Amino acid sequence: MTTNVAVLEARDLSRTLAQPGGPKSLLRNVGFRLDQGQVLAVLGPSGAGKSTLLRMLNRLDEPTSGAVLLQGVDTRDVDPRTLRRRIGIVMQQAYLFPGAAAANVRYGPAQHGILLQDSQVADLIQQVGMAGYEDRDVSTLSGGEAQRISIARALANQPEVLLLDEPTSALDDVSKQDIEHLLASLVRERNMTCVWVTHDVAQAGRVSDLVLRLEAGHSIAFGTSQELLHA
Amino acid sequence: MLKLLFHTQVTLGLGQAAAVAVLAIIVAQFASRRGAKIGREIPLVLLRGIVQILLVGFLIVALLHGPWWTGIPVLIVMIFIAATIVRRRVPELSGAYTLSLLCMAAGAGGVLTVMTVLGIVEPKIIILVPVGSMVIAQNMNIQSLFLNRFLGEVRSHRGEIESALALGAAPDHAAEPYLRASFHASLIPATDNLRSLGIVWIPGMMAGMVLSGTSPVYAALYQFVILGMIFIAGAVSCLTATYLVPRRVFTPQQQLRRLS
Repeated sequence: MTTNVAVLEARDLSRTLAQPGGPKSLLRNVGFRLDQGQVLAVLGPSGAGKSTLLRMLNRLDEPTSGAVLLQGVDTRDVDPRTLRRRIGIVMQQAYLFPGAAAANVRYGPAQHGILLQDSQVADLIQQVGMAGYEDRDVSTLSGGEAQRISIARALANQPEVLLLDEPTSALDDVSKQDIEHLLASLVRERNMTCVWVTHDVAQAGRVSDLVLRLEAGHSIAFGTSQELLHA
Repeated sequence: MLKLLFHTQVTLGLGQAAAVAVLAIIVAQFASRRGAKIGREIPLVLLRGIVQILLVGFLIVALLHGPWWTGIPVLIVMIFIAATIVRRRVPELSGAYTLSLLCMAAGAGGVLTVMTVLGIVEPKIIILVPVGSMVIAQNMNIQSLFLNRFLGEVRSHRGEIESALALGAAPDHAAEPYLRASFHASLIPATDNLRSLGIVWIPGMMAGMVLSGTSPVYAALYQFVILGMIFIAGAVSCLTATYLVPRRVFTPQQQLRRLS
């Protein structure tokens, strides 16, 4: 008998901040499950709890209650550094480290004692459409180029799950389309499980299999994008 | 001019202190008009400073007749008070008091102990307390600068630090560039003091020694020793902080804490 274990599952996730004026609930009892290769779009207005949810998935923030399971294992039982290698994240801004693009791509594997060969770095940079940029100082890159390098940097760790925190929202319209297309094709080619936070309903419709709608920290809808966006 | 108004040494000193305080308050008021919110703080700081230094003067007079080791508890109390002052500079850092205490105990405490054991600082109360207080006070400033700068770096590079964590970096490694920058910045005044010694300034202690009849060459060498001790104490305390402070800004789950 085989059991169907989800690649990533969130169970009743809540996060409350203790504040001087009383506790503030950022997210309440949110749950979903994702199988291999599924893309979940998390939709909602500003302050809905989208980024909070994402940050709890790779434990950049701690849930107040609930659990996150990666391949059926509670992430609290996994060393945070190992967990973050297995669940990669691309943030709204690239936040590249000073230096060459190649050094940024090498950063993640180096944290786990793996030195990427020049050919591996070149291959990753080429996959994000930046062939030949290995030695470029990141301070000279445009917003879109920097985001491409940050995607290569996240992929260098070979994550099982990729979290995307509004990766196109800080970009101009042309770069936005390019990066969306790049991410969508990389995720499909690698059959990656992915959580894609966006406030753009049309983008969610283009890239996702499942949709989770959040509002004021509550889950108000969860289903296939066909049901929720294309009906 | 003041000598015409005040005829004893103590009243002259009080008059000189009052004149300096009035000038400092006037400058602070001008600075406040330019938005440097120090107008209210400065009068209190001046009052506190003069009361404290007078008390220390009386204390040294009282201690002069005791054995040399009575200076040790005095210096220990100074380190405790210095840690309280550092904590006030970084109220958003949890455990700042214990952290500063440990760092300054390692820095100022360690250097004074080694220097006394080596005989570089004579175990005489009249030397131990003033020299020790100079080292502790400067160590306190360096420690404040380090923590203040580090928290500022963390606040302004939150994205970079969390990106590093998200790629699997250990907290110490994620914070390393900012610890390095803070370490360097906090020691700039101490290194500049050494660099400009004798060219830009002649320290008060050296001037005092010369006025009291000590050989100017020995006074100069001794002043160099004091500044060297200040630098070593500051470097040791900040180095200790680079190991201890990441535990205060990261959670046990290796998450970056929110700083107000």
